[in-house]
Amino acid sequence: MISVPNNLVPDEMRIVLSGIGLTAPNGNSLPEFREGLLNGRSGVSDYEIRYFGKTLAGICDFEVTRHQSRRDARRGTRAGSIGVYCANEAILDSGIQWDNFDRSRVGVYIGVTEHGNVETETEIHEIRGYDYDTTYWSHHHNPRTVANNPAGEIALNMGITGPHYTIGAACAAGNAGLIQGAQMLQLGQCDLAIAGGVSESIHTFGIFAGFASQGALATHDDPTRASRPFDRDRTGIVIAEGGCLYVLERMSDAKTRGARILGELVGYAMNTDATDFVLPNSERQAQCVRLALRQARLDPEDIDIVSTHATGTENGDTLECAALREVFHQSDKTFFNNAKSFIGHSMGAAGSLELAGNLPAFDDGVCHATINVDDLDPTCELRGLVINQARETSGVRYILNNSFGMLGINSVVIIKKV
Amino acid sequence: MAPEEIRSAVLEILEDIAPDEDLSALDDSKSFRDQMELDSMDFLDIVMELRKRYRVQIPEEDYGKLASMSSTVDYLIPKMEDIPA
Repeated sequence: MISVPNNLVPDEMRIVLSGIGLTAPNGNSLPEFREGLLNGRSGVSDYEIRYFGKTLAGICDFEVTRHQSRRDARRGTRAGSIGVYCANEAILDSGIQWDNFDRSRVGVYIGVTEHGNVETETEIHEIRGYDYDTTYWSHHHNPRTVANNPAGEIALNMGITGPHYTIGAACAAGNAGLIQGAQMLQLGQCDLAIAGGVSESIHTFGIFAGFASQGALATHDDPTRASRPFDRDRTGIVIAEGGCLYVLERMSDAKTRGARILGELVGYAMNTDATDFVLPNSERQAQCVRLALRQARLDPEDIDIVSTHATGTENGDTLECAALREVFHQSDKTFFNNAKSFIGHSMGAAGSLELAGNLPAFDDGVCHATINVDDLDPTCELRGLVINQARETSGVRYILNNSFGMLGINSVVIIKKV
Repeated sequence: MAPEEIRSAVLEILEDIAPDEDLSALDDSKSFRDQMELDSMDFLDIVMELRKRYRVQIPEEDYGKLASMSSTVDYLIPKMEDIPA
């Protein structure tokens, strides 16, 4: 992540992913999630939420009490429980001797799209039953709604006394969490980072109502067919919950402990459209991709898989594809896919979760598909777009992961096979 | 509500607040905090749930009377005896 040839960057400044914990609507571990992605297994189902009514969502079914007491789950938030599950799974996956690890040197950096809506809605709903008497408002409201809540619950659960906070970055938050973790490792602020993103957004009716009012909420008779980026018959976004956290560490530390390395973060970029509250900006997105490529000292044709952000809205899909065509038009070896077509849009978790689904391609060489594309929108045509069936590649060395959000926030990370 | 019913109501609240605890052997004469993990936020949950479920208002100066099961029931009898079980 220093702009010099990769082989000249000292191992102390190289950041690797060495553990992963996740929950997605179609899997509660990387192998389960990957299996779902390779076999076209959707995680979208029927859902109902107060005030809004019947809709569709990506719902997770991880075992909350695997790493959290029922008492703490009750006191905390859904985002906190998702974070606690993912963080513990990531540490287990990393093989780190956690009992002996200096937890004052661990940082927790969690991307969130929003936080606090769920609890605020719940409390207003509760006091409605008491004629809006605020003496019935919960004393748990503030610790549940402070913006650092999901990261703080992880620190509390795991006895981590290093820094913890969330990164509010709309739907670019999963990537932003990763980037923050990497930067803090490089600055020496921690020796191990738990980083990525989480989302509890399916538990707030306001998100559904907001997208519906915007004309951007997906509907379909068959929930598994509702999330359909790049398809002419898309109707919008399917909202999902989920989480994906990585253990990040310096290459030097990973080598010392003989860690199994999932990949190296060799490039990243974030920039801003500064053009609209909601509408994306293709030019800025392309610029963000190029910034990440430049930092990694790579050309577009070096990228084997691009994990797209596309959410199933006409503007979003079309503008991202235009950006990708602009950057990758000369590359005939880059494949493009989309995980939201399987699980919906997991908001703050999307960036890190969608990246995770592609990481096994370093080993198996397979690019998972974008499902539900029955009639490809011509504005979304990309050479190398993998539709409906996973595709064998000749090998995967670099994965580029897009994640964009409202208020024109763009993020890109590039992971290298190690 | 009879005293035994008030005890059941309080026990139900405790079971919700502390779902990991086994309350079957709770000693009514000993303080809650000596027998279970209960911090100040949990304690406020007892107050809040009594308010929500039974509309019982407990002023802050009386919080000390909710130390044990027996002291809690004694305190609640005049406030809850007219509530139908």
